[in-house]
Amino acid sequence: MSRDLPRWIDVGLIPAVNILLAFLVAGAVVLIAGENPLDALSVLVTGAFGYDEAIGYTLYYATNLVFTGLAVAVAFHAGLFNIGGEGQAYIGGLGAGLVALSLDAWVPGWALIPLAIAASGLFGAAWAFLPGWLQAHRGSHVVITTIMFNFLASALMVHLMVNVLIQPGQMSPESREIAGTAWMPFVHEMLAAVGITVARSPLNLSIAWAGLACVFVWLLIYRTRWGYAIRTVGHNEAAAVYAGIDPKRVVVVTMCISGALAGFVGVNEILGVQHRLLLNFTAGYGFTGIAVALMGRAHPVGIVLASLLFGALYQGGTELDFEFDNITRDMVVVIQGLVILFSGALAYMLNPLALRLWRRMQREDAA
Amino acid sequence: MSEAWLLVLLTLDATVRVAAPLILASMAGLFSERSGVIDIGLEGKMLAGAFAAAATAAVTGSAWVGLLVAVLVSCSLALLHGVACITYRGNQVVSGVAINVMVAGLTVVLGIAWFDQGGQTPALANAARFAPIELPFAEALRGVPVLGSLYYELISGHNVLVYAALAAVPATWWVVFRTRFGLRLRAVGETPAAVDTAGISVEWLRYRAVLVTGALCGVAGAYLSTAQSAGFVRDMTAGKGYIALAALIFGKWRPVPAFLACLLFGFLDAAATRLQGVELPGIGQAPVALIQALPYALTVILLAGFIGKAIAPKAIGVPYVKER
Repeated sequence: MSRDLPRWIDVGLIPAVNILLAFLVAGAVVLIAGENPLDALSVLVTGAFGYDEAIGYTLYYATNLVFTGLAVAVAFHAGLFNIGGEGQAYIGGLGAGLVALSLDAWVPGWALIPLAIAASGLFGAAWAFLPGWLQAHRGSHVVITTIMFNFLASALMVHLMVNVLIQPGQMSPESREIAGTAWMPFVHEMLAAVGITVARSPLNLSIAWAGLACVFVWLLIYRTRWGYAIRTVGHNEAAAVYAGIDPKRVVVVTMCISGALAGFVGVNEILGVQHRLLLNFTAGYGFTGIAVALMGRAHPVGIVLASLLFGALYQGGTELDFEFDNITRDMVVVIQGLVILFSGALAYMLNPLALRLWRRMQREDAA
Repeated sequence: MSEAWLLVLLTLDATVRVAAPLILASMAGLFSERSGVIDIGLEGKMLAGAFAAAATAAVTGSAWVGLLVAVLVSCSLALLHGVACITYRGNQVVSGVAINVMVAGLTVVLGIAWFDQGGQTPALANAARFAPIELPFAEALRGVPVLGSLYYELISGHNVLVYAALAAVPATWWVVFRTRFGLRLRAVGETPAAVDTAGISVEWLRYRAVLVTGALCGVAGAYLSTAQSAGFVRDMTAGKGYIALAALIFGKWRPVPAFLACLLFGFLDAAATRLQGVELPGIGQAPVALIQALPYALTVILLAGFIGKAIAPKAIGVPYVKER
């Protein structure tokens, strides 16, 4: 159906209109809550970009979302819906934390940080491996198993933090602090070293790793044999089999890559900002990743743009708390849901209408 | 009456209380999924129902009006799911996730805007809640050994929604397996093309199915905020919708096994709560978090095909396209 639409309408205009619709409905919610949507928007924008501390925070949130967005997108390309980004990020953080906590007394930072990054990827991949394997070999639907694995990850972390990793003699379930050598350097400190002063923010070198991850995913999906196999399985599994591709292997490997990408949230959060293991540091990034991937149309460039938008919403949203009585940062969650609804579930709603308008325009041109 | 017997009864009593919303949501999901529409959004619809019920009960002072509004709100979300998945053939999982995320935000935003209590609704007076119902002769028979205490502690003294949840199981069974609607519902979840050929509207059948799902989720939500507790708190479903979904799968999309799975999961939850901080011989501190994770682990093991095979309705997740 949409095949007849020109590309600029199909991948440009319609997605843009869908996002606009999401924001219009969000505006209506703000109205219902008794505030002016335009005021809220201007607070959001100033809160996200108005001063350099805000920009740092926006980019820090975006870093997490690039990881989880890429995770969802890679799975999308293989026709898999990985809802488990939240759990994989959680376990990825556990991996980074465990390596850093157990080795920080002996191993120097230049070796420890790469080790911890690898651990976060490996742990995330391991947490996605089982759902992937079960999907490929036992036919268990990956959506359901990844949901279950989110809860399992959360229970495991509660158990570990409360009973095992908690720093002795303290009440809150947190580990001891990781030694400073294993911290991802803060961007404001790195800039200060070369003489540029910017405000303190949690933005750290993980953002470079996120950039590398984008390039890696782009190369993998569009420029390698593996990516071709992934996309083929996603489009048509039967055709993939005839092309000599083993869909089971592709499903398992894709889920592992997806899990590893989500696991890198642990790099940004544990090595970059928290510097200790604690509960709930994933804070919904895994779920926002779904919105990011849908909005970015599963393409790394789109994902970077969508991550910046949602990063800005996260940061600007905290500002809503201060400026308004009736709306809070929870408004951002609403927007997120609406974006998933309009750019995901209702993505094709406008296609028949667009097609009709387009045909009429062409007829008029011809006449 | 021994202490142990009373402990057993009280744990079972807690099990029923915890399981009631799971049962309602699980039966809800059964209708949608049997018709071929995946419903990840049980959680969101329950949460919306809980908020609507508590908000309405707080304003009107009537739990019944609250229940009605909860059902209406949950049904409109079900309709949204229907429009996205049935009419526009969108991805059913994405639509469910959208509803869950949206509701998680909306309930808090509207709660703060309307009640100004950090996302909670005002605490409900007892008159605005569903009160426990004392069944006939419960007090009089209490002294009868074993059976009397069983009747008094376990069977009597629940609120009307618990009994509704228990009644929903045979009702669901009857509707799905003994009525014409049920036959068509099952058929449309397996081979919609056959139903279409017979001249029955696939879309209308699926819409009716998701509406039943919406109604039952609304009741489940109302139970949480106006029967089990006295008001809404943010994210009060806390994954119950997903547990209900797990129970539905665990019960292989059949009412009675799903009901038993809800009881099992409810029991695990009740037991975990009771074991909080208890020293177990040989193990030390009871690993409460791990016990609470058991429902999820069991579901994964079942899905892996190690405890029988869970076979989903054949057409589940596939939008029906009339003309190819």
